[in-house]
Amino acid sequence: MSVRTVLRRALLLLGLPAALLAVWWYATAGSTDFYVPPLSAILEAFGKVWTADRLLSDVVPSLLRLAAGYLLAVAAGVGLGLVIGTRRVVREFLEPVLELFRAIPPPVLVPVIMLFAGIGDTMKVLVIVSGCVWPILLNTVEGVRAVDEVLDDTCRSYGITGTARLRHLVLRAASPQIVTGMRQALSIGIILMVISEMFAASNGLGFTIVQFQRSFAIPEMWSGVLLLGTLGFLLSLLFRFAENRVLAWYHGLRRDRRTP
Amino acid sequence: MLDVRNLRKIYTGRNRNVEALRNLTFHIGAGELVCLVGPSGCGKTTLLKCMAGLLVPTDGEVLLDGRPVDGPPPGMAVVFQEYGRSLFAWMNVRDNVALPLRRKKLGKARTRELVDHALDVVGLADAHQAYPWQLSGGMQQRVAIARAVAFEPKVLLMDEPFAAVDAQTRAELEDLIRQLWRELGVTVLFVTHDIDEAVYLGQRTVILSKSPTVVREDLAIDLPDERDQLHTRSSPRFAELRAHVYEQIQLAKHHSGDTDTEPVDRTPGSAPAPALQKTQP
Repeated sequence: MSVRTVLRRALLLLGLPAALLAVWWYATAGSTDFYVPPLSAILEAFGKVWTADRLLSDVVPSLLRLAAGYLLAVAAGVGLGLVIGTRRVVREFLEPVLELFRAIPPPVLVPVIMLFAGIGDTMKVLVIVSGCVWPILLNTVEGVRAVDEVLDDTCRSYGITGTARLRHLVLRAASPQIVTGMRQALSIGIILMVISEMFAASNGLGFTIVQFQRSFAIPEMWSGVLLLGTLGFLLSLLFRFAENRVLAWYHGLRRDRRTP
Repeated sequence: MLDVRNLRKIYTGRNRNVEALRNLTFHIGAGELVCLVGPSGCGKTTLLKCMAGLLVPTDGEVLLDGRPVDGPPPGMAVVFQEYGRSLFAWMNVRDNVALPLRRKKLGKARTRELVDHALDVVGLADAHQAYPWQLSGGMQQRVAIARAVAFEPKVLLMDEPFAAVDAQTRAELEDLIRQLWRELGVTVLFVTHDIDEAVYLGQRTVILSKSPTVVREDLAIDLPDERDQLHTRSSPRFAELRAHVYEQIQLAKHHSGDTDTEPVDRTPGSAPAPALQKTQP
């Protein structure tokens, strides 16, 4: 990559965020509105609020709950998706119920889950699972159903059956769709992480932001929102990095099909 | 070696049943290279799938070494027409070839040796790390052939393997098949709709009728064993055999198990077989 292409890519990647920040900065520069403080004040508050101590006591617990809920949802979604996708009877039997559950907005479940899981970490993790599992499950089902017939015959004729078939054929063939589901689930997970902490919590990112809002610490509240956005951005970068490794073959295949 | 006896396959649909195969009986001896040719849509793929144990026939049986085939037998490898869909896009060429060997538990050294050799004989010695989709169609089919070769099957079934590659590549691959067949001593059943290919490749050509399918003719190909694209194809005997098969296929287009004059295949009470007619445009 030459210097020019690096510059070009950097401009493409960072151009819009930089422009938006600039607009924010100048639009709020002399603001006296209590609820819309200048960006400079927000950034100043950011430095003061999000110290290493704060990160450890509030951000790390949030991220741990997110990780736990997300990974459980991936395990459950992919596991159930494999069973439902490979067996037509199971699929026809479960489909109406799945559609119903999927249609329930997960935040509504927070009070329900609180009733039997209390207000601790279990509740928050369960809320995240209850929202994240659906896109992963439904995409896995679709991916498993779409496994190529010829490839399946090939596996059978070479005696690749059982777990070997699952590992080398079904999971890999469905992986583009599974990853799509996981990407959708990640953004849902971040939203639910915050929401679950707004209901009943003693620490966490969502909890802290609500605390600031209730105590009218407006610049501090805004700094929390900014941190949340940044975290989401970093997580999606991380996701894309992992995706590019796992699905390198798929992206290559698609590039190849576009330019014969 | 491979016996097909009174094979019949009826696909049961929601509203109607389609009889794809009526009554097929033929035999392939050990080490033979037999071509199976028939008009388009005559159930060649159905037959091959039944023989590979991928499809359960409605009636009749397939015997491999005297034992009935009731699932994919271990000593059999299949090469499909759709090479793009029979290779694992997420594995490189080497892993594609090596995957079926894992179950055989041959040990690392032996597996490596088999894979190296198989890729070598199909001319892909320098493509081990490539992904299938990075290769041309002909090369992808070579990977599928290498995978079958490394598997060391006793019987190799090929379902129109070269139907989707260009003519020059096809000629190369045909010679590759003859070379592999002679070197490995494997029994090969080669399904094709290409008449030239059916004559050029095999020791015998089994000509099928249109669906519902019966065997029309089992023709011995008495061409010399040493064949090459240029001389074999321009020899008078090749032209004669080709013309004969061509004629049979043309006749087969109007003949099926329903119109055949053999009394065995006639269903009692059905309308008398119409005389052979050319279809009016």
